[in-house]
Amino acid sequence: MDNKSLVSIDDYTKEEILEVLARAAEFEKNPNCNLLEGKVVASLFFEPSTRTRLSFETAISRMGGKIVGFTDSSSSSVTKGETLKDTTKMVSNYCDLVVMRHPIEGSARYASEVSDVPVINAGDGANQHPTQTMLDLYSIYKTQGTLENLNIFMVGDLKYGRTVHSLLMAMSHFNPTFHFIAPKELEIPLAYKIFMNKNNIKYHEHTEFNDIINDADILYMTRVQRERFADPLEYEKVKNVYILKNDMLENTRDNLKILHPLPRVNEIAVDVDENPKAYYFQQALNGVYARQAIIAKALDL
Amino acid sequence: MNAKKELQVSAIENGTVIDHIPAEYLFQVINILGLDNCDNSVTFGNNLESKILGKKAIIKIADKFFEDDEINKISLIAPHAKLNIIKNYQVVEKKIVESPDKVIGIAKCMNPKCITNVEDVTTRFKVIEKTPITLKCHYCEKITDHKHIEII
Repeated sequence: MDNKSLVSIDDYTKEEILEVLARAAEFEKNPNCNLLEGKVVASLFFEPSTRTRLSFETAISRMGGKIVGFTDSSSSSVTKGETLKDTTKMVSNYCDLVVMRHPIEGSARYASEVSDVPVINAGDGANQHPTQTMLDLYSIYKTQGTLENLNIFMVGDLKYGRTVHSLLMAMSHFNPTFHFIAPKELEIPLAYKIFMNKNNIKYHEHTEFNDIINDADILYMTRVQRERFADPLEYEKVKNVYILKNDMLENTRDNLKILHPLPRVNEIAVDVDENPKAYYFQQALNGVYARQAIIAKALDL
Repeated sequence: MNAKKELQVSAIENGTVIDHIPAEYLFQVINILGLDNCDNSVTFGNNLESKILGKKAIIKIADKFFEDDEINKISLIAPHAKLNIIKNYQVVEKKIVESPDKVIGIAKCMNPKCITNVEDVTTRFKVIEKTPITLKCHYCEKITDHKHIEII
């Protein structure tokens, strides 16, 4: 087993999170370097994810590394029935680092155990997506100047959204106050409420999306997905309730930033984009720096 | 202990007695330990009175002594089971079945989308709650509660 791998956000201690964020800030100042010169990174995308893949490939390219791999499993030996174990073993012989996206939960942990080189999880089904969490943290850190004592509002699908769960776990190191705004059907799962109670983390739950956001430092929007609802009527009832419009931001704090893991559908009205509090596009760019820092850490560079 | 009451399952000369099995799990314990395919003489009683469990089961296996990892397996469904090792009609050793901190290769993850249910991967769990026993998958990080524990 390789402990340089990043599979789950829990693999990082609080100190390691802060170390990676500081490193990301350095990469933001000087994104181009030759730290990965002479290194080969395997980018194994067993399911397509354009945004994450391009972000990783940009990070690797800016560090002077070479990329091998595939962009979906139809162009790999998986179609011939090769197991994840064999693919991982074979590829890890060729390269210095594996970046992996896979639809099956737990696949990244397993790959990190059979691989001879570190594995960075770029999403394993509904389980973990730690580099997304690190870029969310970096965006919060950069815009607020700190991660400590913030009011974090999360809106939308809090039940199935893995980005929400991982961000919650990671922020728990920093004494946050959470506000969860979601329809009853998509409220934050019990396991996380138990976690927060155990760790004395303050949280409030709301079903109304209104001027309570005036206290927010961070507004983390997510998409309410139609396929999550057993009853289509239930979806129709809630789909337009959790839409952020520009006029709702009038009395919000000056330091408020709006984050969204993207892709957005209609949950943030287009008129918000011009508001200086809208941060989701810069947030995506921060992903490149966060991933550069994560790669450097995995390879001890 | 001289005034022994009549035994509900007759004594064995040498072997292992597994006592305090929850009555509803008797046949699962038999399965897990492979006693349905074993040549030793096996006697058992079910729905016997128990102060702890209400109703319990007891199994006596002649000339059989278990390895700890075999016994580990039954702790998932019979956490209060006690083992008496019998030699020459005497109890020479008592063992308590204790829930382990980790469960490796014994139980199945209840998440159908977990890698352990897709590929040939040895399952690994952290025991996050001992009563009732609750497992967290090392791979997919999902919880398998005691109601859904399925023994491989």
